[in-house]
Amino acid sequence: MTNQPQENSPVSTFRDRLLAGFRASEERMNGETKSPLHQVRRAALQTFETLGFPTVKHEEWKYSNVTSLINKAYELEQPSSITADDLAPLQIPNLSGNILYFVNGQYRADLSRIVSPTSEVQILPFREALTEQSEAVGAYFSRIADFQDNAFTALNTAFAFDGVFIRVPDGKTVTEPIILRFITDARSNSVAAQPRNLIIVGRNAEVKIVESYRTLGDEASFTNAVTEVVVARDARVEYYKVQNDTDQSYHIGTTQVRQSDNSLFYSATVTLNGGFVRNNLNIVLDGEHCEAHMYGLYIPNGKQHVDNHTLVDHAKPNSYSNELYKGILEERSTGVFNGKIYVRPDAQKTNAYQSCKNVVLSPDATMNTKPQLEIYADDVKCSHGTTTGKLNEEALFYMRSRGIPQEQAKTLLMFAFAEDVMTKIKIDPIREYLEGVVAQKLAM
Amino acid sequence: MLTISDLQANIGEKQILKGINLTVKAGEVHAIMGPNGSGKSTLASVLAGREDYDVTGGSVDFEGKDLLDMAAEVRAAEGIFLAFQYPVEIPGVSTTNFLKTAMNEIRKYRGQDSLDAVQFLRLMKEKMKLVNIDQSLLSRALNEGFSGGEKKRNEIFQMAMLEPKLAILDETDSGLDIDALRIVAEGVNALRSPERATILVTHYQRLLDYIVPDYVHVLYKGRIVKSGPKELAFELEEKGYDWIKAEVEEAGV
Ligand SMILES: Nc1ncnc2c1ncn2[C@@H]1O[C@H](COP(=O)(O)OP(=O)(O)O)[C@@H](O)[C@H]1O
Ligand SMILES: [Mg+2]
Repeated sequence: MTNQPQENSPVSTFRDRLLAGFRASEERMNGETKSPLHQVRRAALQTFETLGFPTVKHEEWKYSNVTSLINKAYELEQPSSITADDLAPLQIPNLSGNILYFVNGQYRADLSRIVSPTSEVQILPFREALTEQSEAVGAYFSRIADFQDNAFTALNTAFAFDGVFIRVPDGKTVTEPIILRFITDARSNSVAAQPRNLIIVGRNAEVKIVESYRTLGDEASFTNAVTEVVVARDARVEYYKVQNDTDQSYHIGTTQVRQSDNSLFYSATVTLNGGFVRNNLNIVLDGEHCEAHMYGLYIPNGKQHVDNHTLVDHAKPNSYSNELYKGILEERSTGVFNGKIYVRPDAQKTNAYQSCKNVVLSPDATMNTKPQLEIYADDVKCSHGTTTGKLNEEALFYMRSRGIPQEQAKTLLMFAFAEDVMTKIKIDPIREYLEGVVAQKLAM
Repeated sequence: MLTISDLQANIGEKQILKGINLTVKAGEVHAIMGPNGSGKSTLASVLAGREDYDVTGGSVDFEGKDLLDMAAEVRAAEGIFLAFQYPVEIPGVSTTNFLKTAMNEIRKYRGQDSLDAVQFLRLMKEKMKLVNIDQSLLSRALNEGFSGGEKKRNEIFQMAMLEPKLAILDETDSGLDIDALRIVAEGVNALRSPERATILVTHYQRLLDYIVPDYVHVLYKGRIVKSGPKELAFELEEKGYDWIKAEVEEAGV
């Protein structure tokens, strides 16, 4: 057994670091370790210890190998000297609204601005909400996002200290969007951060939320994010997740949504860049006459890997879900789309649509798609379709025959393909900014 | 303007063009007719620069330059235009946006400044009238969900915008009713000038009632087997292609 230490060491390093980090955080807590919320963390840690990091033998992780992710020595609590000047290049022109910065997991009030009045929405760092909104946190924390069979959600739950708490009271419309910018400062070290967000949208309330992820610097970053979203009856939520990250970044994120009667959840997940990305978007339609829209776009190149897992769980009758994900894969990149639709026996008159379309531009790029429909009700309308193809050569020749050079014709075609999803982003400055990034990336 | 000499082209192993000879001078209109599968679209595509075909022999000279040596987009910039028999749908790209890009690329190639938005719109309005095409159609994704007639009219509209030196129309008339046919013909005739030339690939003599050709050629089995004045078209209309086929067989080709 001469190779045993080698086999164990790198993987156990990160795991050991995490376990030690957990103990260290407990030591700083004093009496608070007795709180019910902390018992949840402990249980989650135990689940994580039992499950361990998933391997490709795990059906849900078949195409997404986390070995190199967990093989790095991340700092768990890396202080950052980032200033507003460092963030200036990341500003989105003309964007108004609430803009919150989290750096290496920590909320940075000095960099953030909250413009909406508290009568419209309460926006708090998660850590403060634990005491100031303990009732709401107690009612929903970890009750939306189950960690029982998901090591990363368990891990995030064990370390649930930082992130955002957003609560929109009944009947309120939050006029300004809430932009959450999770920045990892990996300029000097590899850094891990685990944001935990809880978003509670009251009855007949309305809000627009953006999560964006970005690493600064060339060292590795690992973000393990969990966002829980409670959408009360008649509420309307727009939710965008935007990733334009470095090739050294690893991102695993779960957005878990629960909708009640007559509510609307409208989402777009746009992955422009990122070394390794796994997005889980899980929506439980736990009410009648709900609507869920899920749009996605990913355009990996180089050796980037983007995996989108979505789940729509129709638990009650008369609801509607619609999903469109599109991908453009270049060079040696890989993509995964796994879309599950459950229609429970109760959920008669469900309408559920799913479509995933991909263009693979290089023979070295691969796309794996797996739609999974499990329908237990008989009076439903469901459709799904996935296509993965090459660039349309006929269209390309047509364009060239009109004088448009080959590379530009490709870019035009691909941009139009991406626009299908980009136009779903209803916050204009963000859409325009992202269109610029897409155009630049697709310009060959 | 255009001299095609002994042009041979394959698709895969199959030889489709077996030695085409054709000379088109500025100011002329040439009609190419012939039974289905003769190679008319192949000839048009090879001239436009489609890469699916292997040119295995012969040459094509366009205004003193080797056409076969140019990429499709360069041919367009040099003044060649192909109206497709089956125009392709371009999802997500409007005709307007598409044409603006194409025109400005061509202008760039020719060392001209780009058209600004106003100049472009003015030109568009003028040409829209010519082919009786609606603005709403031009704002939609190019050819997507267009009817057959709309697609063909859109081809002629693009031709009118790009003002090519040599227009090649591949069965632009097929599937059109008489009104649409007249519009297409007007579009072509409006472009007729001593500096330009047109090759009309057609199945029917009726288009030639509106666009009177200087020469008619019959393409059969990858060769031009007969050429003549416009009256040849009437003869073909009357007698069909069998007599030509018979002539070819007799000649023992
Ligand atoms: N992509 C292709 N693959 C194989 N054969 C082809 C292809 N395109 C054309 N052909 C063949 O080439 C011949 C000429 O076709 P085409 O040029 O379209 O004729 P026309 O336009 O005169 O009807 C036909 O026999 C046709 O089947
Ligand atoms: Mg043809």
